[in-house]
Amino acid sequence: MNHETHEFDVIVIGAGGAGLRAAIEASAQGARTALICKSLLGKAHTVMAEGGIAAALGNVYPEDNWEVHFRDTMRGGKMLNNWRMAQLHAQEAPARVLELEAWGALFDRTKDGRILQRDFGGHRYARLAHVGDRTGLEMIRTLQQHAVHKGMDVFMECTIVRLLKDGDRIAGAFGYWRESGRFVVFRAKAVVLATGGIGKAYKITSNSWEYTGDGHALAYWAGADLIDMEFVQFHPTGMVWPPSVRGILVTEGVRGDGGVLKNALGERFMFKYVPEFFRAETAETEEEADRWYTDKKNARRTPDLLPRDEVARAINAEVKAGRGSPHGGVFLDIASRRDAEYIQRRLPSMYHQFKELADVDITKEPMEVGPTCHYMMGGVRVDADSAAATVPGLFAAGEVAAGLHGANRLGGNSLSDLLVFGRRAGLYAAQYAEGLAVMPTIDAGQVEALARECLEPFERAGQENPYAVHQDLQECMQGLVGIIRTEGELEKALEEIAGLGERARRVRVEGNRQYNPGWHLALDLRSLLTVSEAITRAALERRESRGAQTRDDYPKMDPQLGKVNMVIREARGEMAVAREPLPEMPRELRAILEGDK
Amino acid sequence: MAEAVMRVWRGDAGGGAFREYRVPLDEGMVVLDVIHRIQAAQAPDLAVRWNCKAGKCGSCSAEVNGRPRLMCMTRMNLFPEGEPITVAPMKAFPLVRDLVTDVSFNYEVAGRIPAFRPKPPQPDGTYRMMQEDIDRVQEFHKCIECFLCQDVCHVIRDHEENKPRFAGPRFFVRIAALEMHPLDTHSRTELLRARAGLGFCNITKCCTEVCPEHIKITDNAIIPLKERVVDAHYDPVLWVVRKLSRK
Repeated sequence: MNHETHEFDVIVIGAGGAGLRAAIEASAQGARTALICKSLLGKAHTVMAEGGIAAALGNVYPEDNWEVHFRDTMRGGKMLNNWRMAQLHAQEAPARVLELEAWGALFDRTKDGRILQRDFGGHRYARLAHVGDRTGLEMIRTLQQHAVHKGMDVFMECTIVRLLKDGDRIAGAFGYWRESGRFVVFRAKAVVLATGGIGKAYKITSNSWEYTGDGHALAYWAGADLIDMEFVQFHPTGMVWPPSVRGILVTEGVRGDGGVLKNALGERFMFKYVPEFFRAETAETEEEADRWYTDKKNARRTPDLLPRDEVARAINAEVKAGRGSPHGGVFLDIASRRDAEYIQRRLPSMYHQFKELADVDITKEPMEVGPTCHYMMGGVRVDADSAAATVPGLFAAGEVAAGLHGANRLGGNSLSDLLVFGRRAGLYAAQYAEGLAVMPTIDAGQVEALARECLEPFERAGQENPYAVHQDLQECMQGLVGIIRTEGELEKALEEIAGLGERARRVRVEGNRQYNPGWHLALDLRSLLTVSEAITRAALERRESRGAQTRDDYPKMDPQLGKVNMVIREARGEMAVAREPLPEMPRELRAILEGDK
Repeated sequence: MAEAVMRVWRGDAGGGAFREYRVPLDEGMVVLDVIHRIQAAQAPDLAVRWNCKAGKCGSCSAEVNGRPRLMCMTRMNLFPEGEPITVAPMKAFPLVRDLVTDVSFNYEVAGRIPAFRPKPPQPDGTYRMMQEDIDRVQEFHKCIECFLCQDVCHVIRDHEENKPRFAGPRFFVRIAALEMHPLDTHSRTELLRARAGLGFCNITKCCTEVCPEHIKITDNAIIPLKERVVDAHYDPVLWVVRKLSRK
């Protein structure tokens, strides 16, 4: 069989913020670059990001600088972050934001015409460059328009199902065109993974259909290490009603702009949930919390803006205690605290979203919100400076890479992550490709085997429906590997995932190969099952509660486990978990973290 | 439980027909939810393009009861109970399969628009812009590229032959965003007049009516661009002044 074949120095898989930024950089370095994406260009998950890009520009608070941002990021991640990534991220984010502006992005302005910055959870100062509540759209469109004039080749609606190797190193990738179902082979010296997250493993999620953990699985199958897979972020505020919109994101910007959480009794309950770790920097009274919005020097941050892991747990506890809203969430109230004109100007898409989907006018009544699966902290283990994975020729950036956010990501740190490490991945992938004299060879036999494997669902005698298997996996992960975890439930999840794997091997699809969503899902199920198993195994092994991982049976942080990553890798055909020490932080950075105690 | 009667277009470039599906309804459902239910239980290969299901990505454009809409933002309770609802692919683009069309025309047009070219920054390396000077351009940047405005525009909807010389409302918005950007230094008026076919538009405002982001495409983008073209083309003095003062 002869498959359509393309040859490039660098291929970038995924065209959200990280992929676009990586492709722009690789191309600027002179590498022949391809950008491959499952959807149309400009539709990637980045487009849904709302609140803003965290960068210590110091426009609103001149006191802000990279050291404060570094400190906030490390504390938000419960110190499990890769310190070097957190340092590079805090140092380089301002330049990446300014670069976006020079490419045409229009951020909201301060009175003197500079980039305005907004408050967000866990950030000491107002730090998020933003465009109302549609910052991701501005970012992806700016990058997309910049990229299309840079001479790269874009392959839209093309799904990669396996990375190809020549010995130990990367040799390319194998995939199919969604439209025709035909297979396509990419020969490449370097591959950048920028595939985003895994949210579609869960039932209630803010993530789009694309988030099936493809990059995580591709890396794992290619022999790369994954770390921090136990850390899945549940965003505290997703819509809860009506059922069909459950999980859709409600930006943290609502709280950044003055909104507060209340239970059914009308209490601002977050004051009851301030953990020891954040007590010294959090307001004790409602009066102090309200003052903080305008006076950062003499008042401490409202507990409504604690990091997301803390707020999600608190909402979960209030609902369990019977103090929830009618549809099983809590209330998020900005209507009683800010005037209608301000709300509509600052939060136009939230206004729109609630009005059209839930018949709620957020300038007049509170929203009902609850936790929704939002972000994957875990992913491909990378070198901090070069974004190189543990397989030569493989690079990863953005949500699919791990390390920057540790056990919990701060809001706003994702868009900056995409820009900072997207650029670095593109740069170092291009350099790696240039240093490789000969194009690696692709094994034709392996390609044929992959093609046959992909077509099996059309030919099987099995009767499993891919949609049903996916739904059952989502129920399993939501119920057993969700916000609160126990050993018994995690063990049960592993059994169920194994059973679902069996069923996935019996999935049969109808119709032909032309734009067939049932077939596409049947193939995506393999990545979903792999990442679900990795999450569950890592969660079992981390017998403590830290950041996004809450173990009911181990409710405290364990200082010993605070020094290790859980590393997932394939060993003799099995998925294995190993504990490996975090990189040691240099003294001068430790001083930044200890300086303000 | 209430039930919806859906007539969904099934077929490809070679032909097809509306097929009827009966789907149980829950409170708050949107058209895209119903399509997903059909996929999961009755027609696993029903082709539909979608991503975010939150009105932010502009992927799930279709014609519902003949009107171009985002399926994810169209509530089922908009329609009278029990009456059949038709869902068809966008008509202005070649059909791939079922509800999926080939929208590559739009990406080709996008590639032909000269890129943003900023003036030099301030000595400190940053730019100063006042909010009131960017409000209008921010309105244009709200565009989610759902291409519903392209779909409804009769210049290309009914005249395939116009596509090579007509950019369409989406790209008039894009060009307006560049032309009115306080930092941009290009002029695209000649492109608008000669190659983008701005003159074809006879301001019927159909595009504005279907825009899910409520961008005032005709009033705020197309009409000001038409004025610029007229000024630049027929008033040489003003044209020279504009050129020298960089608008």
